Amino acid sequence: MTSLPDRVSGKQLGLVIDLDTCVGCHACAVSCKQWNAGGVSAPLTDFEPYGAEPSGVWFNRVHSFEAGDGVDGRTVHFPKSCLHCAEPACVTVCPTGASYKRAEDGIVLVNEDLCIGCKLCSWACPYGAREFDDDAGVMKKCTLCIDRIYNEHLPEAERLPACVASCPSGARHFGDLGDPSSDVSKLVAERGGFDLMPELGYRPVNKYLPPRRGAHCGSVAGRAPADALVPTGDAASKLLSWLDRLLSR
Amino acid sequence: MHPALSVIVFTVLSGAGYGLLFLAAILAIGGVLPAAFWFDGCVAVLALAMISIGLSSSVLHLGRPERAWRAMSQWRSSWLSREGVTALVCYPAALMFATGWLWWADSMWWRLAAAITAVLAAATVACTAMIYASLKPVHQWRSAWVPAAYGVLALYSGCLWLDALRLGFDVPVPHLNLAAVALALAGAGIKIAYWRHIERTRSPATPESATGLGHIGKVRMLDPPHTQENYLLREMGFKIGRKHRRKLRRICIGLGFAAPALLVLIADFLAPTAAAAPALLAALLAMAGLLIERWLFFAEARHTVSLYYGAEAA
Repeated sequence: MTSLPDRVSGKQLGLVIDLDTCVGCHACAVSCKQWNAGGVSAPLTDFEPYGAEPSGVWFNRVHSFEAGDGVDGRTVHFPKSCLHCAEPACVTVCPTGASYKRAEDGIVLVNEDLCIGCKLCSWACPYGAREFDDDAGVMKKCTLCIDRIYNEHLPEAERLPACVASCPSGARHFGDLGDPSSDVSKLVAERGGFDLMPELGYRPVNKYLPPRRGAHCGSVAGRAPADALVPTGDAASKLLSWLDRLLSR
Repeated sequence: MHPALSVIVFTVLSGAGYGLLFLAAILAIGGVLPAAFWFDGCVAVLALAMISIGLSSSVLHLGRPERAWRAMSQWRSSWLSREGVTALVCYPAALMFATGWLWWADSMWWRLAAAITAVLAAATVACTAMIYASLKPVHQWRSAWVPAAYGVLALYSGCLWLDALRLGFDVPVPHLNLAAVALALAGAGIKIAYWRHIERTRSPATPESATGLGHIGKVRMLDPPHTQENYLLREMGFKIGRKHRRKLRRICIGLGFAAPALLVLIADFLAPTAAAAPALLAALLAMAGLLIERWLFFAEARHTVSLYYGAEAA
């Protein structure tokens, strides 16, 4: 049924992505691909994976943006996957009932056995979270790793989405964003987490944390002069710096 | 948005088919279209053929066409599902209307079948338009001009086919030529207003709101997330041909509206059988013009996902 569930449990599982600490390493994207190529959505078909024009289904893509100009400008790595919206138009446009939002935890899923591959859901998603599998003829998307987070065969510590488990900089957090007392909700409140494209009214569950205004993006006046970068230290390094000056003549 | 040939053919052909069916049904109920075996048969066959070719084309566009029947189930929430339901239910009504036209044209049941046919034909075109008009991520589609255009253009192309057929079979229908000219004017006017609308307005979503980084400053793409094209860019990042849009719009107005209107006006001064040729040419030219119009409808539509791939506006 592609009508949204009438009664929701209040539980809204989702991700919180910290744009301050993301280093743009693509580990989340790669581990997502690795897990899901063998999980419930398998296979995530690749065409010409080793050819000149590789193309395939990925649930997680890491974009890189520049924001602002000059010394106040920032380079921001920006991972993007399904936001498991509270108002998912991708679900309501589905003509077959293949797309659905789970009442019990808010996860948006595709039943691949019902999907006719009309692609309308991907048009209805403003974020580009859904990718069509041309080989299977059905739409695929992030499942929030339902086959990990509820998987009792995994040690409890590993019951996290693959992208969260693999992030080396701790930029990805998983939890219940419907519960204001959860760790992720507190993090969002503390850091001023925001929605993507709030003006479209999809009410995404996933939140993004803004880059901090830290010392590393301060003004020129606050920076040490270039002379301060001249090597200092023990006799050996003084010798090296003397050699450096000598050879630089 | 990627202008898929199957969807362009579907919307143009089935639009003309439903327009023709709608006009035939209401004019037949009103007693304006007389019951004449070959004429009625040709109207019904042409309308249902255009509808069926169009629907088949849209089904072939699916990734899993063999599951198309499942699309009937979600009519409560989905315009695409509603379109499927009205299109399917329209068939038996149209067949009852078309067969009853010859033999039971004075019965109440036939009038009812004709009225249901007209309502379902109009509803199907409206559902098609609403599939596009309900999509928030595509600003160029989310406009009242979209259902207006789909409705009037279906009526316009249907009217030209009805005119060509009735002239060919020498069936007198008063003012049908002038109705076609009026619909050409209305259709061209709506398209011109629509194009002005999409030139002057942009999606409320911006690269800044898409990334939430607007508080730092203007947002630009530094690196795309992948080196080769993916599904999102092929399906929703379509840019080819947009630079020719003004030229294509002029061709569309000239070929699809001005020329057919002129031909129908000429036909108005000729004897019915001689008038059939220009009227048929008018219908064919209008279909060609509408194919260009529909191609532009997709090619000029910009999805918000392009904001993540370097577009400055959507």
